Amino acid sequence: MRFSDITQSIGNTPLVGLPTMSPDGYEIYLKLEGANPTGSIKDRVALSMITDAEDRGLLGEGVRILEPTSGNTGIALAAICRQRGYHLTCVMPSNTSEERRQLLTLYGAEIIDSPADQGSNGSVRMAQELAAADPDVFMPFQYGNPANPRAHEDGTAAEIIADLPDLAAFVAGLGTGGTVTGAGRRLKAHNPDVKVYAAEPQYGDLVYGLRNLDEGYVPEVLDADVLDSRIKVDSRKALAATRQLASREGIFAGVSTGASLAVAIRVCGRLPTGSKIVAISPDGGWKYLSTGAYDAGDVDDLSDDLENTLWA
Amino acid sequence: MASVRIPTVLRKHTNGEPRLAADGGTVGEVFDHLVTAHPGLGETLFDEGSLRGFINVYVEDEDIRYLDGLSTSVDGSDEIAIMPAVAGGA
Repeated sequence: MRFSDITQSIGNTPLVGLPTMSPDGYEIYLKLEGANPTGSIKDRVALSMITDAEDRGLLGEGVRILEPTSGNTGIALAAICRQRGYHLTCVMPSNTSEERRQLLTLYGAEIIDSPADQGSNGSVRMAQELAAADPDVFMPFQYGNPANPRAHEDGTAAEIIADLPDLAAFVAGLGTGGTVTGAGRRLKAHNPDVKVYAAEPQYGDLVYGLRNLDEGYVPEVLDADVLDSRIKVDSRKALAATRQLASREGIFAGVSTGASLAVAIRVCGRLPTGSKIVAISPDGGWKYLSTGAYDAGDVDDLSDDLENTLWA
Repeated sequence: MASVRIPTVLRKHTNGEPRLAADGGTVGEVFDHLVTAHPGLGETLFDEGSLRGFINVYVEDEDIRYLDGLSTSVDGSDEIAIMPAVAGGA
């Protein structure tokens, strides 16, 4: 395949069967978004948000881009901003992994740290304050930008329908809610019987250590009505599934993939025998090697150690 | 008795307890018992009898909004988890 520039190569990712891990009588497929140019599903979202802002004339001379992100969106934005000549600042929790910081720095993005103990809520809040104080800043704001779910409606879901038109269920993780909302809408328009499940990471206590509940945050792009259920997955289950994926299927993925895969396996029991299920693998494992998630050792011990940093 | 997992941010209402046990055949009944024992929880969890929008409650890992809400039945071995909504990593 030949492309005129890197942004043209975003999407059209592989949909790969899991013959060993699928429960008997079911077929689970993973959509490997790690195959995108910067290594995650966020290439789709970043391109959609930047193109939308350009179309609306929001990225004129002197405008700088600012975004709260724990990594993938920032890396995707940084690559596109480099290619198109925009200046990018990312606000991210201070405990995000070193690989992500290295990549952002390589792409020329600036990083502003938000407090680790406030998780992504803290990044969102800080980015909103910074953007409000500076008229030359454009914040794409993935948590509230309709161009985020649209990337999955027009891209991710359309590709799934082309590759597996008779799918029975779809599973994706909840971060901004953009994937489940956008892809879920398109898949239900294709076939109203398709079930849509969200895998919700159960973060460590530290991530929930907010000072008060008014800081609770429900992303604007999440359309909870598209979901058939929302299932939480703790670090241990997500990590166990992620490691099995490598050892049994030869797929090296990030921990969010394990969370969605655990949910896909769980919901097989409520779907007719013969059902085909698509789960999203948002990224590969490369950026998480330094967290220790893939080290030799006992999954229970590892997940206890990693609970507060694994998902960040 | 069902076991209820209390998030860090609400433990100030439960004398620091991360996990409580309470009787009840539904999530609502279990919560009634909890609130009686720990009144501070009531105002944080509920707004005029409904769960607040940024409070998510799970029975055996499933969000009760997609089950029967506060009428979702529970048995003694079930774990109910209360989690505040947070922005996910992205």
